[in-house]
Amino acid sequence: MLELRNVSKWFGGLPALQDVSFCMEPGRITALIGPNGAGKSTLINCISGVDRAQSGSIWLAHHPIEALPAHKIAVLGVARTFQNMKLFARLSVLDNVLTGLTVAAERSFTVSMLRLPALRHQERQLRLRALEALDDFGLANKAQWPASSLSYGEKKRVEMARAFVSEPRLVLLDEPVAGLNTKETAQIARHIRRQRNAGHTMLLVEHDMELVMDVADQVVVLDSGRCIACGKPAAVRSNPMVLEAYLGRMEATA
Amino acid sequence: MLTTRDNLFYFIYLHRTGLTVLALSVLLLVWPIVESNPYNLGLSNLIAIYAIVVLGLNLFIGFAGQISLGHAAFFAIGAYGSAIGTTTLGGPAWPIMIAVALAAALVALAVGLPALKLSGHYLAMATLGFNIVVYTILVQWDSVTGGPSGFSGIPYLAIGPAVFDNEIYFHYLVWTVAMIALLLCLNLVRSGVGRGLAALAEDETAAATLGVDTRRAKVKVFVLSAVLASVAGSLFAHCYAFVSPDSFNIFASVDFVIMVVVGGMGSIWGSLFGAALITLLPEWIEAMESYKDILHGLILVLILLFLPQGLVTGIVDAVRTRIALSRHHA
Repeated sequence: MLELRNVSKWFGGLPALQDVSFCMEPGRITALIGPNGAGKSTLINCISGVDRAQSGSIWLAHHPIEALPAHKIAVLGVARTFQNMKLFARLSVLDNVLTGLTVAAERSFTVSMLRLPALRHQERQLRLRALEALDDFGLANKAQWPASSLSYGEKKRVEMARAFVSEPRLVLLDEPVAGLNTKETAQIARHIRRQRNAGHTMLLVEHDMELVMDVADQVVVLDSGRCIACGKPAAVRSNPMVLEAYLGRMEATA
Repeated sequence: MLTTRDNLFYFIYLHRTGLTVLALSVLLLVWPIVESNPYNLGLSNLIAIYAIVVLGLNLFIGFAGQISLGHAAFFAIGAYGSAIGTTTLGGPAWPIMIAVALAAALVALAVGLPALKLSGHYLAMATLGFNIVVYTILVQWDSVTGGPSGFSGIPYLAIGPAVFDNEIYFHYLVWTVAMIALLLCLNLVRSGVGRGLAALAEDETAAATLGVDTRRAKVKVFVLSAVLASVAGSLFAHCYAFVSPDSFNIFASVDFVIMVVVGGMGSIWGSLFGAALITLLPEWIEAMESYKDILHGLILVLILLFLPQGLVTGIVDAVRTRIALSRHHA
């Protein structure tokens, strides 16, 4: 599904990613963990085209995507959420989810301005899909609300609905439970598991170890831009290099 | 089981946009019967012409999230293009209007491709510079444009034997074009393209990861707004039979931006309101005629301070949030 080969990226002279390579199986959840500043968000940015890797290659189902701009990667079926949530505050909740269907909607200005019956029909179908996605995430009753008036936890769910609505090949989730309480975290974990059962492939960046160990099929550990471990959650948990990356650091700061 | 009443309400809800446009069109149809004072009709015609410009500019500012302080230049290209094409060259008015709009599109493409790599202050300065260039050409190249004293003798528009030569005929002409532009813009913003533009206005990175080609989208909206401004300019020239550079200086551009801001960023209906309010304001307050620019500046500063999304949009958003929350707590 997704394959990274020797992906590297520097910010100035500082290496952010160094020869990161791993492979993701379709229908599985891969968790990307590591201490702060390990390069997790940079990696997700490179995969989604927000940032560009300076060397190495990224393959999405046999397409090389490392040189493509973000909007072309979206067309190939990669959707993502953002660590600091990028919802459109002025749009309604439903319209926010509908923006997740930009690729499926009509692209031509002229056709859109004429709004012929075929386009009306297509728009109705897109609305139904968006409402269904909102329903999946338990927000159908707030479809017409302005996105800005939702609670933090609800916004996180809207952003997930927006990412999943287009049935993408790959969803990148950047810290979906950051800032949420235990109850909301459990709720998001339920949604993630349900999406996995529906066959979605996900790359999950998360600090919440409980969630990672609970939902991930595969865990990739980054430390200072290097991939130091990759494997099943249980195996990674007992890997001495991983323990050192986390605990060694704690010793140094304690 | 749905009753006839429910069906009626559902029909109204489903076609609310189309029905509102229809209602407004009917009002405009009978307006010249109610209001026969040619001066007042002239004012409402001017509102229609400005509204066409503001609709396009609102797509660019409110939806694509960019800024242009140079739209009077495209308005000028339309006006002077039609004036020169029909008077000096003696061409047919309607085809010339279309040709000039296409030319304005090409100019917008040539200006937009490099300028839209900029953003914020830099984009504002680039478009402002473009406006100054066009204005200077109008003033200096007097063998073609008539220079500072203007260009007169522009023929009226006509369809067959019907000549648009008085305020009532103008009314039907300019408002027809304005309502078509309104409908096209309303359709655009209610589509996937419009949602992509709204996304672009709020967050460029997020819009790109959703599949919006941000660079292309900005240029396309810029070109579309230039075409609308050019058509409005052509109508302006044919209605007044006279144009002079003063209608197209940078203050005209700033006025267009103020109309967008008063109407509200991203509000198509607001564009009509903004164009109307700013056109009528100096008429209502006579003393303000000479202090027009100060008043406009003051309005701009106050709105941006207290309702940065614009007057109409700001109020509508606040009411919507209030309603959503009160329903939730009830």
